[in-house]
Amino acid sequence: MFLATSTKLLEPILHSPGYWRTVWTRFRRDPVAIGAGVVVLALILMAIFAPLIAPQDPYQGMSLRRLRPPGTPGYLLGTDELGRDMLTRLIYGARISLFMGVTPVFVALFLGTTIGVVAGYLGGWTNTILMRTVDVFFAFPSVLLAVAMAGALGAGIGNGLIALTLVFIPPIARVAESVTTGVRTRDFVEAARASGAGAFLIIRKHVLGNVMGPIFVYAMSLIAVSMILASGLSFLGLGVKPPEPDWGLMLNTLRTAMYTQPLLCALPGVMIFITSISFNLLTDGLRSAMDVKS
Amino acid sequence: MVLYALKRVVFTLPILLGVAIVCFALVHLAPGDPLVSVLPPDATQSLKEQMMALYGFDRPYYEQFARWIARVVQGDLGTSIRTGRPVVLEVSKAIGNTFMLAAVATVIGFMLGTLFGFVAGYFRDTWLDKTASALSVFGVSVPHYWLGMVLVIIFAATLGWLPPTGAGPGGSEDWKWNWEHVRHLVLPAVTMSVIPMGIIARTVRALVAETLSQEFIVGLRAKGLSEFGVFQHVVKNAAPTALAVMGIQLGYLLGGSILIETVFAWPGSGLLLNDAIFQRDLPLLQGTILVLALFFVVLNLAVDVMQTALDPRIQRT
Amino acid sequence: MEPAKASPLLQITGLKKHFPVKTGLFGRPSSSVYAVDDIAFDVHAGETLGIVGESGCGKSTTARLLMGLIPPTAGTVRFDGKIVGSPALPLKEFHRQVQMVFQDSYASLNPRLTVEESIAFGPTVHGVSRREAIARARSLLDRVGLDPIRFAGRFPHELSGGQRQRVNIARALALEPRILLLDEAVSALDKSVEAQVLNLLLDLKDAFGLTYLFISHDLEVVRFMATRVLVMYLGKVAELGPTEALYTKSRHPYTSALLGSLLSMDPDQRTERAPLAGDPPNPIDPPPGCRFHTRCAFAEAVCSLHEPVLHAAGASHAAACHMVPPNGEHSKSGMAMKAVS
Repeated sequence: MFLATSTKLLEPILHSPGYWRTVWTRFRRDPVAIGAGVVVLALILMAIFAPLIAPQDPYQGMSLRRLRPPGTPGYLLGTDELGRDMLTRLIYGARISLFMGVTPVFVALFLGTTIGVVAGYLGGWTNTILMRTVDVFFAFPSVLLAVAMAGALGAGIGNGLIALTLVFIPPIARVAESVTTGVRTRDFVEAARASGAGAFLIIRKHVLGNVMGPIFVYAMSLIAVSMILASGLSFLGLGVKPPEPDWGLMLNTLRTAMYTQPLLCALPGVMIFITSISFNLLTDGLRSAMDVKS
Repeated sequence: MVLYALKRVVFTLPILLGVAIVCFALVHLAPGDPLVSVLPPDATQSLKEQMMALYGFDRPYYEQFARWIARVVQGDLGTSIRTGRPVVLEVSKAIGNTFMLAAVATVIGFMLGTLFGFVAGYFRDTWLDKTASALSVFGVSVPHYWLGMVLVIIFAATLGWLPPTGAGPGGSEDWKWNWEHVRHLVLPAVTMSVIPMGIIARTVRALVAETLSQEFIVGLRAKGLSEFGVFQHVVKNAAPTALAVMGIQLGYLLGGSILIETVFAWPGSGLLLNDAIFQRDLPLLQGTILVLALFFVVLNLAVDVMQTALDPRIQRT
Repeated sequence: MEPAKASPLLQITGLKKHFPVKTGLFGRPSSSVYAVDDIAFDVHAGETLGIVGESGCGKSTTARLLMGLIPPTAGTVRFDGKIVGSPALPLKEFHRQVQMVFQDSYASLNPRLTVEESIAFGPTVHGVSRREAIARARSLLDRVGLDPIRFAGRFPHELSGGQRQRVNIARALALEPRILLLDEAVSALDKSVEAQVLNLLLDLKDAFGLTYLFISHDLEVVRFMATRVLVMYLGKVAELGPTEALYTKSRHPYTSALLGSLLSMDPDQRTERAPLAGDPPNPIDPPPGCRFHTRCAFAEAVCSLHEPVLHAAGASHAAACHMVPPNGEHSKSGMAMKAVS
């Protein structure tokens, strides 16, 4: 040891705001993004506290009160084709719809990042094998792949989740691979290798911190797509099964009432639209906040 | 350039093989008996085995795959269990209708998208930009199947201007260039055009803004180049990428038409896929997915090669 | 040759790095860039060996090869007599002894880590506790002239180029190495800052008993720093000798030409040396014989036929030129380079 370690040096040190702190500061000044974030938060809270907010039972219908228009006393947003309270079902719908829309993106974020970062960092044959496999799945249009998978596996929440996850792994893996390849050749990674660190440690300490931002924003932008696609599967009858309250499925079952109760049957779509646009605006705000030029 | 195109074609072959494997595997992922839709529920065990042997389902997977590929290469996608007609005929007819729809939608989406994109990019941070950008966010956020329903409610159910479903009068499944058929095309095509509109508008806005901020444009303006001259430069810079995005969007619409075709009962490949799934018509399902995926791969290849040819900034050998 | 000494700290033999160049339809390697082509030299404990040459001559590739960052095509590196990468001396162990400072001070620091985290990373890799590593980082910051209270918690973009390079030096020292490889470590800095950092390096060398490999294209800086100098040309060693001997009595025309391109303070010295014209030849297809013959003022037939070997040209001084050995085929063979320079 050629340095004397003095305990005095462990005293508090002035700390600069980190990268994410700076991003947050910038994000806070974007009213549209904050608005979108509030809506997303409200939707999540609505899903969590559905039993406390909803005025009725989501499964219990009154066959005498079927297809009432919005504004019917006692049924603020009317009733559906089985006489169930629309407002209640829309509130409960946030649970499954958000779960179906968000979960695949997060699972794909984890798996796609793993594939992409490993391929990008190790390069060579590992990269070729992993990325060419990803390319095969990328060769399907996303809707087609999701429908084909869900169609082959059969309807249901689990199969829908698998199908959607498979759709989002390839694009995330590609983004992860390309940003990791960019970071891998930077001098600080070389310096880390020169200090004797192994691949796993370098990926954890030096690569992930620099690639997670862009990958995360990209994955966030996929949530809107995923919401539309997940509801689309349910709309086709390939996702959530009745009698579960799901916005896409509600859109499907209410289609028969399109001519008699147009406003009523458009409502679930409004919910999907609000969710999707909020996630899109939130992502746009996050992306420009993260575009820190230093 | 020719070498690059050739190289791309060669690199696409393994992808095509992979796509074929996935299409083949999809059907074998399906739970239950592959013959469930043709056999009566009370079929005897021996009849079942006979049928399995007839369809070749008793062979090992790699052998089934090799036989399937060998037939596919010769243009034989098997026979639809539901209609008993060759899958190739079913698919090619349906894909014609889908192509019609997707192409018109792409053209509408491209025209509106470039318009909004140019306006937004040219008048950055003005209310025009904000309006155009809002429209493009709308385009990428709206669940298009729902938008289709809303348009049907407004223009078909309420106003009665346009027919709500179908591709032609009396359930016509063959496209003709006449007024009745065009009337049927309007709503599904406009609905579908919203997807490429949003994406193209975003792309064009970014391209225009980037080009305008570049130094050579500042220099050209300083030299007294007219605004029209600047505009020409911007178009020249934005065109290759915008056209490439348009091409890829066409591929997405071809493959992703199932939702809109279901809403409008448009007799295309999406509706065919829907039927195949719900009637468990596995040869039809496999064939439709394969053809759509092949279309997408070939289209992407063509777009990539054309973009390279058009864009002087991309140098590939 | 050199008188028998204690065995060298670092011994490089037959080091080669050829990068395949991909062409053709299937990307088969059809030719190679001969970035480093069979070089050998020793580094002795306590010295500063300067490595000079034009950009693209293989200096940085040599540095990366020495550090084991890229695998060599051929050749071995011995540290303390043990082959690096062998069971006797695994690469990880070697990295505790030899550390590197890169040219680009910004690119070589992780932008997401604070200064102290960057410095502390190395020691934690080698089993030092995080608490101790941070303490070591702060004490090193102090040692390289940056107040830890003010700088330890900062991010790279909040520092000036000189401050960042001090951090990089501290990072390299955090593993308590015996050799520091400085790859154009001061080249990107302003002249005034450069001088401060150079003085810091001299001071650290004395304080910690370090050995330096100082790679630079700047001949004056190398003269200031180095005790011995190695001149590289197109992946080969052109000349190797003690700094003063090499700068005053260069034996290789390339060295002379490089020195000639310096603006001398002494007007009498300016015109005598042969000027160096043109760019170095393409390393994908290096010229046959002596690689310098295409630009050499003294090139003769032999130079394009046979490749010259390193030949002793004085005490601890050697050059790879046909004019150095006394009985060669070159018409000026055996002539002292002083005559021509």
